[in-house]
Amino acid sequence: MDASLPAHMRPERSFQGFILALQRFWAEQGCVILQPYDMEMGAGTFHPATTLRALGPKPWNAAYVQPSRRPKDGRYGENPNRMQHYYQFQVIMKPSPPNLQELYLKSLAAIGIDSAMHDIRFVEDDWESPTLGAWGLGWECWCDGMEVSQFTYFQQVAGVECAPVAGELTYGLERLAMYVQGVDRVYDLNFNGREGDAKVTYGDVFLQAEREYSKHNFEVADTAMLFEQFKMAESACRKYLEAGWQKNSESGKREAHLMSLPAYDQCIKASHVFNLLDARGVISVTERQSYILRVRELAKACGEAWIHTEAGGAA
Amino acid sequence: MPDLLLELFSEEIPARMQAKAAEDLRRMVTDKLVAEGLVYEGAKAFATPRRLALTVHGIPARQPDLKTERRGPKIGAADAAVQGFLKATGLTSLDEAKIQRDPKGDFYIALIEKPGRDAIDVLAEILPVIIRTFPWPKSMRWGARSGKPGSLSWVRPLHAITATFGLETEEPDVVKFAVDGIEAGQTTHGHRFMAPDAISVRRFEDYEAKLKAAKVILDPQARKDIIFADAKELTFAQGFELVEDQVLLDEVSGLVEWPVVMMGSFEAEYLAIPDEVIRATIRNNQKCFVVKDPKTGKLTNKFVLTANIEAPDGGKTIVAGNERVIRPRLSDAKFFYETDLKTKLEDRLPKFEQIVFHEKLGTQAERIKRIERLAAEIAPLVGADVAKATRAAHLAKADLLTEVVGEFPEVQGLMGKYYALAQGEDASVAAACEEHYKPQGPADRVPTDPVSVAVALADKLDTLVGFWAIDEKPTGSKDPYALRRAALGVIRLIAENALRLSIMKMAASALAGLSLKPADAQKLPSDLLAFFADRLKVQLREQGARHDLVDAVFALGGQDDLLMIVRRVEALGKFLETDDGKNLLAGIKRASNILGIEEKKDKRTFDGAPDAALYGLGEEKALAKAIGEVKAEASAAVAKEDFAAAMSAMAKLRPPVDAFFEKVRVNDEDAKVRENRLKLLNEIRSATRAVADFSKIQD
Repeated sequence: MDASLPAHMRPERSFQGFILALQRFWAEQGCVILQPYDMEMGAGTFHPATTLRALGPKPWNAAYVQPSRRPKDGRYGENPNRMQHYYQFQVIMKPSPPNLQELYLKSLAAIGIDSAMHDIRFVEDDWESPTLGAWGLGWECWCDGMEVSQFTYFQQVAGVECAPVAGELTYGLERLAMYVQGVDRVYDLNFNGREGDAKVTYGDVFLQAEREYSKHNFEVADTAMLFEQFKMAESACRKYLEAGWQKNSESGKREAHLMSLPAYDQCIKASHVFNLLDARGVISVTERQSYILRVRELAKACGEAWIHTEAGGAA
Repeated sequence: MPDLLLELFSEEIPARMQAKAAEDLRRMVTDKLVAEGLVYEGAKAFATPRRLALTVHGIPARQPDLKTERRGPKIGAADAAVQGFLKATGLTSLDEAKIQRDPKGDFYIALIEKPGRDAIDVLAEILPVIIRTFPWPKSMRWGARSGKPGSLSWVRPLHAITATFGLETEEPDVVKFAVDGIEAGQTTHGHRFMAPDAISVRRFEDYEAKLKAAKVILDPQARKDIIFADAKELTFAQGFELVEDQVLLDEVSGLVEWPVVMMGSFEAEYLAIPDEVIRATIRNNQKCFVVKDPKTGKLTNKFVLTANIEAPDGGKTIVAGNERVIRPRLSDAKFFYETDLKTKLEDRLPKFEQIVFHEKLGTQAERIKRIERLAAEIAPLVGADVAKATRAAHLAKADLLTEVVGEFPEVQGLMGKYYALAQGEDASVAAACEEHYKPQGPADRVPTDPVSVAVALADKLDTLVGFWAIDEKPTGSKDPYALRRAALGVIRLIAENALRLSIMKMAASALAGLSLKPADAQKLPSDLLAFFADRLKVQLREQGARHDLVDAVFALGGQDDLLMIVRRVEALGKFLETDDGKNLLAGIKRASNILGIEEKKDKRTFDGAPDAALYGLGEEKALAKAIGEVKAEASAAVAKEDFAAAMSAMAKLRPPVDAFFEKVRVNDEDAKVRENRLKLLNEIRSATRAVADFSKIQD
């Protein structure tokens, strides 16, 4: 922890200070600090800076906050720690550096968790995302019995083998900040680190939104429109993928792709629309599987396109 | 003789994989040593979250020399053959070869001496291969090298290899090899947080001691012992008792290198939640032990955690942290439990219409209806009240839709019981909600309440018949629907409750309840019966009993009353342990063998009663008389289901059978006498079939 910080910027006093400390730490490790992706998604992994950049031979080190939307987890603001919108802090390093575990532990120190005083553990947790066609091995990282991060060595993403492998860290920001600030209810988090009248809590910022979105997600979201949107996103994704392929004029063989990112946006869109439909309870158990499969097919096609782009390492 | 020390130092190895990995490492290295002619004295392997270690002691310093002879071409053979021989054997000229005289001609013989290699060189060759081919259940690639093909796969990133070889009295040598850029050496590290610095090690003895000084207990059993003893002491000191949990102990010991056991507590208000739910919450999510009050036998508001570190504040922060995590978990569990209590079990059932049990076997709602019907049918046969059995079958699955079971699947059934009692169901009906899943395995308790028995049988039979009907039978190691366990459950329910049920009839009834009609419906009950016979054999074998006796009983045909089959097998087994039994079996086998040979020779059987007029010898008459008596006596005993008495009757056959074989020649010159004697032998066989087909019994 940086002792020179003013009190209201310290990670144990302020949620924003907490985020800034993490960003600063990872910036010092050579990561580019990105801003959140401008689309609704269920997890930071969906951000193209992870999903697509994890693929191909080029080195890539990035860190960013990503708002994560999990419509089903909404509790109308009544549960002390479950929300339909929360923040993930995501780090991706490709290739995974040999000291990634040490870096992770240092990052905890930077936000005020001293590994001499706390019981930090790496507990097996194999990660798999059926919608992204991705899997990896790693751990959930425990601090005094609480899961505070996910640590994964990606082996496959969007159906493509990772070569080289990227290491991914995901911090559940609210939960960690609650621990560091010592509060039991997420809405009591001090957001800006000020006291008295100047203090802004997490609840001041998000409680109303949680109530409104819970109502929306569970009761009102227009399912007819959403079913239509899913179809539209799916067909747009396919259309953009098809249009992006640059083919050899003689053999007709696919040589390069010029539009993987816009196509992937539609995959993200389809995935979120599916999550909303799922929260509305209009997708049956058997249909559920087939929707997941449809999103995965899009993700895989986008991954295939990406590795034929410049950033994906083609030519 | 020298010893080997091997350590593979990595990032955290999943707890559940450690024990097998240590054993695999020991097996692979020692097998390979023996295959290389290096017979060792002893070996032991260890695992912690961050390392696999192996010590092999008493390895010869060198392989033995190998002398082999190799036969070459004939004298005067073509030059090409001679050159090939020289090249293959490494001789410089034929003068170095011996000549061997042979009736087929004279041959050159090369004497090849292959000097044994130094064991350390052999190790340098075999260890990298073992590391590269190590059988992790799941392994991964990492780092910059993973971009290239052929990079090492390990369970998690491998950081260092220690490999030393040498005598106790000398400075050992490093076994020189490298795997994917990791050079074997003699440097390892201690505890991740308490002693992370490099440690130089020589051999196993100083390795284990230096690790201990660096806050790593290498031996998993030692870690378990510490956790168990400390946990017991901590709880005892406060007048409580640890709820022992071997599986959790195994797991926890695989999560720490330096176990530090501490006790925490939670608010007493959470004790309103059923004990099992508290335990599931604390155990599954937090890997902590729960604690009971010996006075009441109920849980108390304490838990025992195992940290991996001695913190400067004596662990206060760690305990407080764990308490902060457990509190909201229990708060969730309490909320789930209280929410569940607000809905009656039957009100949950309509939801099952939306839930597919199996694509081909319909919804859960349909399955519940089938179980209800079957349970009602079985109830009178097992002494259960039909209305209660039907009610229990109706409600038994409803708890699958509760919040608590959704969160903790392992308390399914149990929660059903609690919720049934809470809504005022009959005690037997509530018990059946839990017990109809039993027995879950060979060690699980078998329910005895008739209502539970009826629903348990109905549930298992519906599963078995359903999956048989869609041809999803277990094959080899694949049994995704746990059908073997279900069949064993049926066997134990019947045998241990002494129930009289026809498997064929019950299977036919369950089949009639299915909406699909399989093509080979007629064969299904008998196929299923054969599966039960197999399961029964497996069960008997596991109990150390003779499974071949099951074949001997099933070979009689028409046997589908499992209780009677089990009783017959038991009586038969006891009988065959007596001298009478053994000798009679030998006699019957002899009779069967003779008959078999003669039947083949004459291409006919020797059925039918022998003609008394053709008996020439006293032994024949005596045997015929004994057969008549025994047949009647044994059949009467079998009719009374007194198999022990049937066996005693059988025993009376032994002296006349022995005497017959001693005095009587079966293959008499007179064809009629011969035929009659063969018919008499056949009578022995048929008499003994009152209890079993003895020819199916193995010696």
